[in-house]
Amino acid sequence: MITVWATVLVASLGCYGLKLAGVSLPQSVLNHPRVQRTAGLLPVAMLTALVVTDLFDANGRYTADWPTLAGVGAGAVALRFGRSPVVVFLLAIATTAAARLVS
Amino acid sequence: MGLRTILAIGLPAFPHNVLLVSTATTSSSRTGTTAIGPAPFAARAAITRTAAGIGLYAGAFGITFGALAARSGLSLTQAVALSAVMYTGASQFALVGVLAAGGSHLAGLSAALLLGLRNAFYGVPVTRILRPRGWRRMWTAHFVVDESTAMAVAQPAPRAGRYAFWATGITLYALWTLGTVAGALIGGGIDTSALGLDAAAPAIFLALLWPQLSRERARAVALGAAVVVLGLIPFAPAGLPIIAAAAVAILAGLLPARWHHETQCQ
Repeated sequence: MITVWATVLVASLGCYGLKLAGVSLPQSVLNHPRVQRTAGLLPVAMLTALVVTDLFDANGRYTADWPTLAGVGAGAVALRFGRSPVVVFLLAIATTAAARLVS
Repeated sequence: MGLRTILAIGLPAFPHNVLLVSTATTSSSRTGTTAIGPAPFAARAAITRTAAGIGLYAGAFGITFGALAARSGLSLTQAVALSAVMYTGASQFALVGVLAAGGSHLAGLSAALLLGLRNAFYGVPVTRILRPRGWRRMWTAHFVVDESTAMAVAQPAPRAGRYAFWATGITLYALWTLGTVAGALIGGGIDTSALGLDAAAPAIFLALLWPQLSRERARAVALGAAVVVLGLIPFAPAGLPIIAAAAVAILAGLLPARWHHETQCQ
């Protein structure tokens, strides 16, 4: 129990430390044109990476869960038609739940 | 455009718009201009709506996390401590996942830190938009997560970006923590995969990514990141493929300015 608490606290403080390090970069670094160009691209790269690992990574092995893919696919169609994130979210989980019922 | 005009236009078609606009107004008058600068009303209402939607997702996804934590043998307090103090979903899932699979605490800790490393990268765009100084950095840092950063970056003006960051970060924090409490209390009594909740995170990340893909260079970076991550999945420990994806963004940022200018204008 104590080791679980120790892991929880060390991991939490460590993750906060990483966030704090990120927002503590000196102004001279941030004003560099290359850093400014990179800034807008970092969330693009990492959101893509999160989507890909959520869909295809099962602890280091390739996976493809069809109901989940169907749900996210339905979400992508909603995005194509300009729907908001909440519609995308609701449609995705409803589609995945329905696909699980029939499969 | 004045508030009266918005009321006149908004009331017949979208009654709920008015509610959101007025909520935004009261919250801004209460907090003054310390953290949330005055943003155009139209943008503010749209941001508030999106943040509320993300909050709904955060609540549902928090239930998923709380239930998983309870099944993994974590106490209610430990699960809530993770959501309230660590407050970065992917790291929390990684830590709890490793512990549930019987992995070592050190493996769980390193997976959480490796995934948390991307928040350090997010510090670059967040600091550019929010320019936090002194002790405010310590407060701002806690709210640097995927959703708040993506929402801030997606706004054309820094003021709207600041509002988007705080509206998203605080709503998400509150509902993610509340959802965790509910999930940990329900524990094994809820089958989150039958409810389709495993599609929630990738769907929301895709929704946050979508508006940014209108720029050609962003599409190129997304494609590169997807290829790198897919290639690394069987070889790299959890979290590392995502950090490798950051390298794609950094490489693209290092390319000559002319390339960026040309692709941006298309």
